[in-house]
Amino acid sequence: MSDFTNELVQHIINGVSLGSIYALIALGYTMVYGILQLINFAHSEVYMVGAFTAFYTARYMGLADKPGFLTLITLIVAAMVVCSIIGVSIERFAYRPLRRAPKLNILITAIGVSLLLQYSGQIIFGADPKVFPNVLDDQTLATLGTAELRLFDVTILGVAVFFMAVLTYMINYTKTGKAMRAVSTNWTVASLMGINVNRIISMTFIIGSSLAGVAAVLIGMKYPKIDPLMGMIIGMKAFVAAVVGGIGSLGGAVLGGLLIGFAEEMVKGYISSTYADAFTFAMLILVLIFRPAGLLGKPSQEKV
Amino acid sequence: MANKNMTSTKIAKGEVVLDAKNVTMQFGGLKAVDNFNLQLRAGELIGLIGPNGAGKTTVFNVLTGVYKPTAGTVHLAGVDTRPLKPFKISHLGISRTFQNIRLFKELTVLDNVVIAAAQHAEHTLLDAVLRTPHHYREEERLRQKALDLLQIFNLEGKANDEAGSLPYGEQRKLEIIRALATDPTVLFLDEPAAGMNHKETEGLMETIAKIRRDFNLTVVLIEHDMKLVMGICERILVLDHGVTISQGLPDAIRKDPKVIAAYLGADVEGGH
Amino acid sequence: MTNDPNKTGHNPVPEVGTKPSAKPAPKRFAMSFVAPVGAFIALAIVGQLLEASTNQYVQLVLLFMCANIIFATSLNLVNGFTGQFSIGHAGFMALGAYTSAYLSTAVVQNPSFFDFIWFAIAGGLVAAAAGYVVGLPSLRLRGDYLAIVTLGFGEIIRVILLNTPAIGGARGLFGIPRPKEVVLGDFVFTNFYMNYLLAIFWVILTLVVLWRMVHSVHGRKFLSVREDEIAAQSMGINTTQVKVRVFVISSFFAGIAGAVFAHAAQGLTPATFGFTKSVDAIIMVVLGGMGSLTGSVMAAAVVTLLPEFVLRPLTDITGIDLRMVLYSLALILFMILRPSGILGTRELPDLWRKNGK
Repeated sequence: MSDFTNELVQHIINGVSLGSIYALIALGYTMVYGILQLINFAHSEVYMVGAFTAFYTARYMGLADKPGFLTLITLIVAAMVVCSIIGVSIERFAYRPLRRAPKLNILITAIGVSLLLQYSGQIIFGADPKVFPNVLDDQTLATLGTAELRLFDVTILGVAVFFMAVLTYMINYTKTGKAMRAVSTNWTVASLMGINVNRIISMTFIIGSSLAGVAAVLIGMKYPKIDPLMGMIIGMKAFVAAVVGGIGSLGGAVLGGLLIGFAEEMVKGYISSTYADAFTFAMLILVLIFRPAGLLGKPSQEKV
Repeated sequence: MANKNMTSTKIAKGEVVLDAKNVTMQFGGLKAVDNFNLQLRAGELIGLIGPNGAGKTTVFNVLTGVYKPTAGTVHLAGVDTRPLKPFKISHLGISRTFQNIRLFKELTVLDNVVIAAAQHAEHTLLDAVLRTPHHYREEERLRQKALDLLQIFNLEGKANDEAGSLPYGEQRKLEIIRALATDPTVLFLDEPAAGMNHKETEGLMETIAKIRRDFNLTVVLIEHDMKLVMGICERILVLDHGVTISQGLPDAIRKDPKVIAAYLGADVEGGH
Repeated sequence: MTNDPNKTGHNPVPEVGTKPSAKPAPKRFAMSFVAPVGAFIALAIVGQLLEASTNQYVQLVLLFMCANIIFATSLNLVNGFTGQFSIGHAGFMALGAYTSAYLSTAVVQNPSFFDFIWFAIAGGLVAAAAGYVVGLPSLRLRGDYLAIVTLGFGEIIRVILLNTPAIGGARGLFGIPRPKEVVLGDFVFTNFYMNYLLAIFWVILTLVVLWRMVHSVHGRKFLSVREDEIAAQSMGINTTQVKVRVFVISSFFAGIAGAVFAHAAQGLTPATFGFTKSVDAIIMVVLGGMGSLTGSVMAAAVVTLLPEFVLRPLTDITGIDLRMVLYSLALILFMILRPSGILGTRELPDLWRKNGK
């Protein structure tokens, strides 16, 4: 095999692995947007809190030096629980009072909550980066030339696919999922049909936030450096993924996540790593200009 | 009145000012307007009536460029308006009011009118920044023009009130004044009497007739209640489910069994 | 009598352009110079007092305050008056700052006082050009979509600065000069004072231009876009043109703000112009009131001075940097409790007039 092919295969593996993490976070953005038409700027900070939750859980449960799947699962569960609580509280105390307010006000509040968490995070956790515990012993599962398929990447993909499958089942086959879809289609009608809109919105935040928690542990495992501002860039990318895929569409979020992760790896590999972030935004801008509803979203027209 | 547009698009009485041919507007699977035809002659006052959901407002939105028709053509004084944005269509001499009142609510009554008159401003933003003598003259002229227009409905005393604070009926009147401030040749009024009692409505209809004479306008009026328009409209179109089911003189419309059926049907639905 | 809106007893604040006046237009044109020139002279005198009574640190903060006033009011034109929502304003500031700084270090040796004015204008033009490139495609988008695109552009500009060696890349650009001191006989105008004159010149110019714009028929079009875009279009307003125009003007002044900032700070790094800087501007606009220029001026003053003179001592005592925590809390609480900010869409003179009645 040529060096070129080896390199390409490696980039594809990395891209899928990174992309599936973006997809998990993007799902949270897209779900909240689907129901509240709000860019939940604080979502990336919920993710950050997830990473720190896992960090401190590992430390206080003595799991930091016990890598293995049990540790991984424990940390994921812990992060999911804490992220859900944070997510629901944000909705309850910051967004709910503004539900009837102009969109702009809620957006500004979301930015405010995001900053509040970032900077309180710096006070509580300290501004310096921390080293994420060794969750799993990485190993090479297969090689193709110089390209390696590693346990981390397989685990990340496996966990992500598992949670996406659970989510798909919930949305399509459970009562809560159906209610969510109803609320995102038409809020007023849904409430007239006896759906408790507040409960459904809370559920949306719980699900979206817990997926962010999962993503945080997976990222911590692969790139073991965490700090209170870690959510900013990755949050933006995940949001871009949600928009590229078509905000409001779950399939779109997954597709967008994979696309962004893949594109980022390619730019890093073949163009320049410093321009990778700029490239992501360039992609967002192009999509918004030429296909504002995203790849899988439906265009809408304002009623006059 | 100084008016660039009126001189360019001014047409002798009786000539066709607006010609809509086979206009169809489809939203997904729903045909809101189906094969709509209208030839509007200068100076006419036409009523567009029909039960709720008949597609009257959609017709307005297509003719004023807010929606692009799925099929068919619209010509305004010979110009194809389909590729034009609404603001261009306004410059060609079409103006309108909105059924669901779309005033600039947080701005003053006077501002609402002045903004609409601004397309005829002869000074620029640079004049405003430099506060040139030209700026002061033009601002004063537009302001005076707006105040004059406000007198039509005796709103000049409320010139500096917030538009959103006016009572409902006055907001509708302000919408008409705002539409007039663009110096239109064709004026579309979308349920101008909604929410008014019988007496207010009669007064409004008289004023509309007077405006048409004074400003040399062609007027298209949407009205839900057909009795109201019978008195002032020369010609009436009846829409039902997007289809033009009847058109002609008020007397003929009144007796048309299809119209009676459409309204009867609507009334029956409304009664339950 | 009823023709005079000032006598009706409703809202006594005439909103359109200027008050009806018996004075002839040419005279009013001449009079329109009085306030700005007067303000400049008054502030120049105040500057002499400040120069004598404050230390270098306070003086630096005052210059930053001038930059922030321009930065905040220019953003208000987009976010407050026109109802669009940009959260990448720092990118345009960065372009102005770097352009002016680059001209004053690498291009012109020993620049004179008036050279600095051209540097800033060049900075403003570069920012305005970028604003045009950004605005033209993205202003078709609404609300939060526009927000995220401007955020993206802000980041792209930062990444480009980071990767341009000619302006220092990640290390930054240092040794940016201030206007030199001027000696007139026994009297010495220090370089702080000359820089201060430059800063207040730009502050007054910005405020005058923005104020006159929004208080004119053309400026009212900006507001109509905020109030109801569809109605504005139907009234013959080319809303896309209005939005792009506003965005370009706003970017120009953000560039000017950058130039003022650059020569005050005398050193720049791309990190200075991150998302946090854009957020600073949003905080100032929101707290002061979206659609109130004087509100933005007050908020810019508070947001600049408070952290330096109140929070910094507090931080020294507690060891905790509370600045951003308090700002973000303020942002949330204002949105929930008083979303219109301190002044709403009113201006300071409106309040006086109201009280005068």
